[in-house]
Amino acid sequence: MLISQFLILGAILFCIGVYGVIARKNAVLVLMSIELILNSVNINLLAFALRNGSADGHTFALYIIAVAAAEVGVGLAMVLLIYRNRRSIGLDELSEMRG
Amino acid sequence: MIAVELFTAQNIGFAVISLLMIVAALRVVTTSNVVHAALWLVVVLSGAAAQYVLLAAEFVAVTQVLVYIGAVMVLFLFGTMLTRARIGTERDLNNSYRLLGIPVAGLLFAAMAIAIVSSFGDEELPGEPRLIGVPEISDQIFGPYLLPFWALSFVLLAAIIGAIVLARKD
Repeated sequence: MLISQFLILGAILFCIGVYGVIARKNAVLVLMSIELILNSVNINLLAFALRNGSADGHTFALYIIAVAAAEVGVGLAMVLLIYRNRRSIGLDELSEMRG
Repeated sequence: MIAVELFTAQNIGFAVISLLMIVAALRVVTTSNVVHAALWLVVVLSGAAAQYVLLAAEFVAVTQVLVYIGAVMVLFLFGTMLTRARIGTERDLNNSYRLLGIPVAGLLFAAMAIAIVSSFGDEELPGEPRLIGVPEISDQIFGPYLLPFWALSFVLLAAIIGAIVLARKD
């Protein structure tokens, strides 16, 4: 196995996630795209952990999984609050902070 | 020599799983049904767990299945259920400037691919890798990476309290 095949897979998933963040208006779908991005980072970390024979990459991958779980929890709570106040979770309608 | 080693079992497994992951990821960002997007995301996350096994990281793969597919997906489905009146195809999920995303993602991928290929080219992963077990990972977490671990526990605590405060009706 080449190392670059895993890195290219990570890059493809990252770019699909970036496209999702740009293109989607629904807040839940934007959170899903962020999950895609975090998973591509994990694939990269584990590929380098295998290449270097060290456990650092595994540790950081576990930390990233924990941070992603916390992020989804807070993000969905915020989406729920926005929906309760505005009856919509379209991100382009949230323009109150515009100066 | 490369051609001889191209069709090993690991490479075929990698190709099949990564094709499945890429198709599923494209469906996540293009489908017009939020529940379908969540289910395609399950396919991507399972494929990522399989890739972790291929990369000799069993513990991370098991954690991925438990945390992501078990817990995060339930959260997503709850979020979909609680914020939408009906389950089904829905228009108006995309921004009006979504076509802008294609060149952005394409340029980003081109830059990353050039960097990866020029840096690592055809470097092989070690054929007989040093296997990393759970004791070594825990030695790392509770040894040199203890401070990030503490920070992470505060992040989780803050996230739990924050989610309760944000989502409860008062």
